[in-house]
Amino acid sequence: MMYLKAFLVGGFICLVAQVILDNTKLSPGHVLSGFTVAGGILGGLGLYDKLVEFAGAGASVPISSFGNSLVKGALQELEAHGLVGALTGMFEMTSAGIAAAIIFAFLTAVTFNPKS
Amino acid sequence: MARKRIGPQTVKLEQPPVIIGAAAVAGPLEAQGPLGQEYDRTYPDLTLGQSSFEKAERQMMIDACNLALQKAGITGKPPAVDYFLAGDLLNQIISASFSGLEVGVPMYGLYGACSTFCESLAIGAQLIDGGYADRVLCAASSHNAAAERQYRYPTEYGNQRKPYAQYTVTGAGAVVLAAIGEGPRITYCTTGRVVDFGIADPFNQGAAMAPAAVDTIEAHLRETGRRVEDYDLIVTGDLARFGRDMARQLAAQRNLILGGNYNDCGAMIYDHTRQDVHSGGSGCASSAIVTCGHLLKEMARGKLRRILVVATGALLSPTTFQQGENIPAIAHAVALEA
Repeated sequence: MMYLKAFLVGGFICLVAQVILDNTKLSPGHVLSGFTVAGGILGGLGLYDKLVEFAGAGASVPISSFGNSLVKGALQELEAHGLVGALTGMFEMTSAGIAAAIIFAFLTAVTFNPKS
Repeated sequence: MARKRIGPQTVKLEQPPVIIGAAAVAGPLEAQGPLGQEYDRTYPDLTLGQSSFEKAERQMMIDACNLALQKAGITGKPPAVDYFLAGDLLNQIISASFSGLEVGVPMYGLYGACSTFCESLAIGAQLIDGGYADRVLCAASSHNAAAERQYRYPTEYGNQRKPYAQYTVTGAGAVVLAAIGEGPRITYCTTGRVVDFGIADPFNQGAAMAPAAVDTIEAHLRETGRRVEDYDLIVTGDLARFGRDMARQLAAQRNLILGGNYNDCGAMIYDHTRQDVHSGGSGCASSAIVTCGHLLKEMARGKLRRILVVATGALLSPTTFQQGENIPAIAHAVALEA
């Protein structure tokens, strides 16, 4: 059942992005940052975690989850360490994702050459 | 008014310069296209064995120049030409400049985006007819992977392309013009004006350039007193399929019927039914390789006697389109007659 829910919710998020790309002049960069911000707003309202609870990886894999994590980390550290925590906390929960992106990008760049 | 000038945009070459040698080189996808057999040299991969796509583009331009010089019977290093006129799409026209280092003769670097090929022919023809040169080498090139990463997205980014998007042609064309000799002649040059049709989408260059093409064709016909039917073929540079249809419609609005003797190089290079290039080809190489590889050979075979090549250029930079500005366009026409 979880697989189905993850498929439907994750697929729906991607569908929205595809419809935006096909029907507007927005670039993939706009969609990427737009979905991150949207995930952040939903996270701030406490809604995104409920979606993750419902759909699992269907909600935690798309980029909107990254926005959610940024906000969630900031809020957690804000409570623990005050205002400075809001700054340090942003990358607390997302550090694994960012580090992985850098490391895998590096390995890919070292290993492969661009082709047509 | 200047003696050889017959209108606001058109000059008539008094002693029409001759194309004594021309060559086209092309990349792997172009080699598989309908004109694949026509190119003088094709390459099995995009890198040409070089360490970067930029170096590969440069190598293509040098190869095209050497082949054209060879066909013109010009040997020696530096070659016996008075000027090298060349341009390309990369920042600071590095393909042309670095090729100029190799060619080793006095050079003017040109930028007219994808209209550069006709720009070089027009300027070269005028230098010769003006009595300032006996022989001029003209060249233009573009490379898919090098241009796409500069103007749009790098290939490895995996960006989705819109159905109307065009595909930058990999290739280079070179022409040796001379005051005397055997071959097709450049009889008229019509210089384009920059026009802006309000298109701001860098993937929709055909739509941006079609008005410029029609503007130049109309000016050419008006100023020379010729009609569309006077040409065996009128080809635009790189409007591709959708831009070509648009040019036909825009021309019809001005009572100009571009019929069966009209085509577009960007639409001719690929077979869109089996090659995944969406609307068709774009880039400096589009008009350059179709003209040097195919049309000039058709003229030599006697199948075409009088053609009008109208290379079209989208005058954008990544900075202007990222700042939301429109894409102005230009088109230059040269009349070639056997």
